[in-house]
Amino acid sequence: MHKTITDKPLSWRRIWAVLRKEFVQIKRDRLTLAMLVAIPLLQLVMFGYAINGDPKHLPTVVVAPDASPMVRSIIRAVENTGYFDVEAIVTEQEAERWLAEGDAQFALVFPSDFTHKLMRGERPALAVYSDASDPSTSGGALATLSMLPNIALNAELRGPLSRLQAGPAPFELRIHRRYNAEGITQYNIVPGLMGIILVMTLVMMTAMAMTRERERGTLENLLATPIKPLEVMIGKIMPYVLIGYLQVLMVYIASRWLFAIPMFGNHLLLTLTVLVFIIATLVVGFLFSTIARTQMQSTQMTIFYFLPNILLSGFMFPFRGMPTWAQWVGEVMPITHFLRVVRGIMLKGSTLMEIWPQLWPMALFTVVVGAIAMLRYRQTLD
Amino acid sequence: MSEPSSSDLAIDVRGLSKRFGDRMVVDGIDIQVRRGEICGFLGPNGSGKTTTIRMLCGLLEPTAGQGHCLGFDLVTQSRQIKLRTGYMTQKFGLYEDLNIEENLYFIAEVYGMPGGRQKVEQTLDRLGLTERRHQLAGSLSGGWKQRLALGACLLHEPQLLLLDEPTAGVDPKARRDFWHQIHLLAAEGLTVLVSTHYMDEAERCHRLAYISYGKVLTAGTAEHVIDTSGLKTWQVRGEQLDKVMALTNHSDDWMAIPFGTAVHVSSTNQSDFAEWLRAQSPQHDWLVETIPTSLEDVFIHLSQHAQDNYR
Repeated sequence: MHKTITDKPLSWRRIWAVLRKEFVQIKRDRLTLAMLVAIPLLQLVMFGYAINGDPKHLPTVVVAPDASPMVRSIIRAVENTGYFDVEAIVTEQEAERWLAEGDAQFALVFPSDFTHKLMRGERPALAVYSDASDPSTSGGALATLSMLPNIALNAELRGPLSRLQAGPAPFELRIHRRYNAEGITQYNIVPGLMGIILVMTLVMMTAMAMTRERERGTLENLLATPIKPLEVMIGKIMPYVLIGYLQVLMVYIASRWLFAIPMFGNHLLLTLTVLVFIIATLVVGFLFSTIARTQMQSTQMTIFYFLPNILLSGFMFPFRGMPTWAQWVGEVMPITHFLRVVRGIMLKGSTLMEIWPQLWPMALFTVVVGAIAMLRYRQTLD
Repeated sequence: MSEPSSSDLAIDVRGLSKRFGDRMVVDGIDIQVRRGEICGFLGPNGSGKTTTIRMLCGLLEPTAGQGHCLGFDLVTQSRQIKLRTGYMTQKFGLYEDLNIEENLYFIAEVYGMPGGRQKVEQTLDRLGLTERRHQLAGSLSGGWKQRLALGACLLHEPQLLLLDEPTAGVDPKARRDFWHQIHLLAAEGLTVLVSTHYMDEAERCHRLAYISYGKVLTAGTAEHVIDTSGLKTWQVRGEQLDKVMALTNHSDDWMAIPFGTAVHVSSTNQSDFAEWLRAQSPQHDWLVETIPTSLEDVFIHLSQHAQDNYR
C-alpha cells in the first residue's frame, strides 16, 4: 500500500544540519563565546604558581654492575629514607626506558668501578637521574638524598676502612634532572592546563546541549523529526572539537612564548592525543546532558566532575603522593592520562609507542561512556 | 454513515492508553480520521489531547492500545510515520536564536528533502516571509511564529498534519487565514487532526472528537454531536436575570450560562423550562423561547457530567 521510504542508518546530511545549527547558535551566544576565550587566559595567569606536595615511595630503578656489600648498603640506605622504592635492578638502557615511559621517577646508576674507587678513597660518583617534568614530585626526595653520602656507609667502614669516614663523604652524588633541568614548576603546570581548560569548558558546553533544547521547548520538535540519536550527538559534539583545538592552541602558544616551555616531541602526535582527549571529554558532557533535566543540573554535574579532574589527576597534587584509592580514581579519568601524555610529548619528546599505555585508556573510556550516553538518549518524551 | 474501510483511514487507533505513574492520562481512546478530513480534537485542559497527539506521532509510547497512522503500525513503524507527518507543537518549537531561513533550512535538511534550498525558497514565498528571512524567529509576533511553525511542518510535504492548539494567542484575522489554508491543504488530500478550544474552529472541522479525563465522550460531525447530545436549549430575556441563574443553580436539571443580555439554559430533561420557571417564580415576566443547541452548550454539558462521573 505504501512505499517504505528508504532511510540511511546514519545520514551525514542530517549530522551536517545539526552541526551548522549549533555553530550559528554558538555564534549568536556572545557571552558563552567570551567565556570560551576568557577561561584559558584567566587560568594561565592564575596557575603561574605551583602547588607543592611531598610524595614518598617513588618508583626507582638501580643500575649496579658491581653488587658489592657496599653498593647493597647504599641501596638499603636509600630505601630507608622512605622516599624511594626500588622496583628493579636494570641495565643502563633499560633505566632510560623506565624514565621515558614514566614508570620510574628515579634511576640510581653506580659506575662499574664504584667499590674499587671507594676503597681507594677516590670518592666515586653515584649518578641519580630524576624525572623532573613535575619538579614538585621529586623535591623532597632529592633533598633527603643529599645527606646520604655522609651516613650511608657508617656501618661498613670499620677497621682499616675507618679512615674513609674521617674526611669528606666517601662518595659523591651527581643529580641529573631529566626533561626539566632547571626544575621549573611552570613546565609542569602549564601543559597540564590544557587538560583542565578543556574539561572545564567543553563538559559544560555539551552538558547543556540537550537540556537547552528541552528547556527552550525545541526538543519536542527535534524528536518529531527523523533525526537519530547518534546523528544528534555527532552534530552537537563536532563544533566543540574545533573550539577545543582553538583553546589548546592558545595554551600552547602561551606555553612556548610566555613561559618558554620547550617542545621536544612531535606536533602531529600532540594533535592526535588532543583529539582523543577532546572527544573523551565531550562524550562525558553529552552523557550529562542526557541525565540532567535542566541547564542548572547540567552545571552542577559539570562541577561535580570537574573536582576530581583537578584534584586527583596529578594536576594539582603529585599523582604518586596520593593514596592508592585516589590513584585508581585518577587512572579512570582521561585527564590523568592526557596530562602524562602532554608532559611526555612536550618535555620528554615521547613517541607514539611510549604514550600508547596512556592512549588506550582514554579511548576505552570514550567508547564506554559514549555507549551509555547513546542508550540514555531517548527518542521519545517518556 | 457507512463504516469506512481501513485504507480510507489516515488515523485508525483503538484502545489507545497512556499511563504516567499511577495516573491514567489517556484511557482507551478510539480515533478514526479519513484521508483528507479535518478532525477537530476538543476537550478541557489536561484532558489528554496533547498526550494523544504525541502518541500518534511517535513521541510517546502507548501504554496500551494499537492502531495505524497512514497505514503504518503506531508502535513498530513509528519512524515511517514520522517521515510523513507534520507535527506543530503547542509551544513554539523552532529555534528562537536562528533566523527564519536558517530554521526552515535546518528542517529541510533533517528531513533530507531533495532540493532543500529550493523548498525553503518556496516556503518563504508562500508564507510571505521572503523579506523577513534574516529576522530571528524569537523576535516574531505570535501570528508570524504560528505561520512559520506551520510552514516548517509542511516543508517535507507530509500526508498527515497534527496540530496542537495551533491558534492559541493568535488574532482573529490570522486565525481565519490559518483555517483558510488548512482547508486548502485538506482539499489537496492532506489529513489534519487539530486540537482547539475555540468553538468557531470546531465548527470548521469535518468531524469532531471531544475528550475528557482521557476518554472520548462524543465524536462525529457537529450536527451529529448536537443531535445525539439529547440537549434542549432555551434563551431567557428580561429583567433580573441573576434570579434565573440563582433558581437554576438550586436544581440539577438545568444548566444556565449568561450570554450577554440573555441566559441560555440547557437540559437533557424532557420537561419544558418555560413552565418550570413560571412555577418557580410566577411574579416575574421573563421571555423564554427555545433556540437551537450550540456546540458550546454540548461541550460544557459534557465536561460537567464527565467530572460527575469521575467523582
